[in-house]
Amino acid sequence: MKASEIIKNGLIKENPTWVLILGMCPTLATTTSLVNGLSMGLATTFVLMMSNIVISLLKSVIPDKVRIPAFIVIIATFVTMVEMVMKAYLPGLYDSLGLFISLIVVNCIVLGRAEAFASKNNVGHSALDGLFMGLGFTWALSLLGFVRELLGTGCVLGHSVIGGADGMLMMILPPGGFLALGFLMALINRIRNKKS
Amino acid sequence: MNLLNISGSPHVHSDESTKKIMWRVNMALIPALLVAIAYFGLNALLVSLISVAACVLFQWLIEKFIMKVPSTIADGSAVVTGLLLAFNVPATTSMMWIVIIGALVAIGVGKMSFGGLGKNPFNPALVGRVFLLISFPVQMTTWPQVGGLFPMQFDLATGATPLGAFKEGALPADVTLWDAFLGHVGGSLGEVSALAILLGAAFLLWKKIITWHIPVAFIGTAFVFSGILWLIDPASYMDPLMTICTGGIMLGACFMATDMVTSPMAKSGQLIFGFGCGLLTIIIRNWGAYPEGVSFAILLMNSVTPLLNRWCKPQRFAN
Amino acid sequence: MAKKAESSLKNMLLALTAIALVAAAALAALNAVTAEPVAKAQQAKVEKAISAVLPAFDRLEERTVDGTTCYVAFDQAGQMVGAAVSAGNDKGFGGHLQLMVGFDAEGSVSGYQILETHETPGLGAKADQWFQKDGKGNVIGRKPADGNLTVKKDGGDIDAITGSTITSRAFLGIINDAAAVFANINR
Repeated sequence: MKASEIIKNGLIKENPTWVLILGMCPTLATTTSLVNGLSMGLATTFVLMMSNIVISLLKSVIPDKVRIPAFIVIIATFVTMVEMVMKAYLPGLYDSLGLFISLIVVNCIVLGRAEAFASKNNVGHSALDGLFMGLGFTWALSLLGFVRELLGTGCVLGHSVIGGADGMLMMILPPGGFLALGFLMALINRIRNKKS
Repeated sequence: MNLLNISGSPHVHSDESTKKIMWRVNMALIPALLVAIAYFGLNALLVSLISVAACVLFQWLIEKFIMKVPSTIADGSAVVTGLLLAFNVPATTSMMWIVIIGALVAIGVGKMSFGGLGKNPFNPALVGRVFLLISFPVQMTTWPQVGGLFPMQFDLATGATPLGAFKEGALPADVTLWDAFLGHVGGSLGEVSALAILLGAAFLLWKKIITWHIPVAFIGTAFVFSGILWLIDPASYMDPLMTICTGGIMLGACFMATDMVTSPMAKSGQLIFGFGCGLLTIIIRNWGAYPEGVSFAILLMNSVTPLLNRWCKPQRFAN
Repeated sequence: MAKKAESSLKNMLLALTAIALVAAAALAALNAVTAEPVAKAQQAKVEKAISAVLPAFDRLEERTVDGTTCYVAFDQAGQMVGAAVSAGNDKGFGGHLQLMVGFDAEGSVSGYQILETHETPGLGAKADQWFQKDGKGNVIGRKPADGNLTVKKDGGDIDAITGSTITSRAFLGIINDAAAVFANINR
């Protein structure tokens, strides 16, 4: 498999959010603003890449029958690391992402890539796959966060762009998450289908 | 899965096309619109016109540029949605732009994203209205007060609706049942006058566009349920006649719960549907966070319409 | 590709134990490194809230009054200049609302900070600005003991947050509760 193909798969062709539709819980819950979406994406990217590397390294010593628990322990370790570091050095961000950081453990993308890619490929490719699957997730969450923040509060990165007026509150509430996700998914898949 | 709703024979041939039905519904809404203009003046007229124009425009744009199908704006259904949306918002100047967003959500999200008229599971006007209520809570709950007839200025005095005042403590002493029946109270643009709405509903019943089942079940349930609560504790619950004459119960029961697309087909299903709407409305009014629950009640019952259609099959003719 | 380890009981036990041990060791090490910054960050959050709500002070003393945590502030002469009360209730629109309310020595509100909120963004969440000195429902400088610190709908003289009477009531309720705690602080 060529490196360029792995990159393209992660970012567009098999994008975890728009195409594989995995990890919807953090996608909907954390994208109330651009910063939150971006941070959640980057935290997941770190976990994805590190767990892919370690699992790829250990793939020949982990017996098949216990591979899932082994993967989960590895993933949970990296998630806990992210959580500890964020709590210590970025308490403000930790307050707004809170619970969802720990929930990266059960994000289907992470286990999905471990099972489908890292346990079958070499370390270099696995690291690349983790990085770009993570970045694919990150740009999707950032876009969603950007759209919801803009429509919901009239702000971009906390700065008002519509002269201090309120936005459409619903867009930063849970139903707005579903609406924004659905319409963005339709739009992006329309563009993708047109290209191919 | 049974996607098509099939009713048993015999099929009575009817020349009433969708178009004819929709324009008759529009006619039935005119009395309530006239009352709104009488009490809220130019605001009511402009909000209604903008809402209708926006709904028709969005439907045309979506059909032409996104769906690429022949336009169906002449069938009048977008006009119905526009009028009902306007009826469900306060007649204030800020609504003149907010209602455009409501029209986009009603037509774009509530109707066309499901494939257009006949395919939408939820009443489009209510989808738009609830979106606005949650998105613009301040503007959507700033109600103009009813003063004299035909006010010519845009900046009407604002105040609480009877339901809002009741939620905060007690009904204002100067609101009589007669006021509520005629529409001389604060509230959404088209919901204030029970009389005007009943006139329109009578027209629809006469033309056999709606049947009595949903409105009677809806209003009857609300009346009985609120009556029981009132008998238990008249101090903290509104009396039943006032309950059904204030807020959106009349408008909802006669025009929105009876929407053919989103309500059950069988008579028994319609009775259950109306019962559910009435029950949920009173529950939300008394114990929910919002003073009014008609929109939420109807939308919730819309979501069980497919189940009711499956459960309550229309009776076979020969039985 | 290297030969896959066989799924024998011995291999499975070994692999899982080894992975779990390494993971635990790594986390323990990281915990040792971050424990201090985590505690500091939490401490800083509380301290920031306290100093934001109180007049200038030299020394703090933590006390528990009526089951509520208070931070009594003293100046250099050992005179009490006020106290911050960490009070909350569950009457908010979104549930629990927790405030740090500061009082000066006379019992007037010298400031407040929201520690925990689940109020609706754009509505009840506006409480962080609304009741401040330049907000529409200013409570700073008011003495809850004098009464009237309720929303206008309840007979008080504070403007409720537009569209968020429930949050406003919960908020003012907490301020009044905190004042009651403050009154007992030197008992």
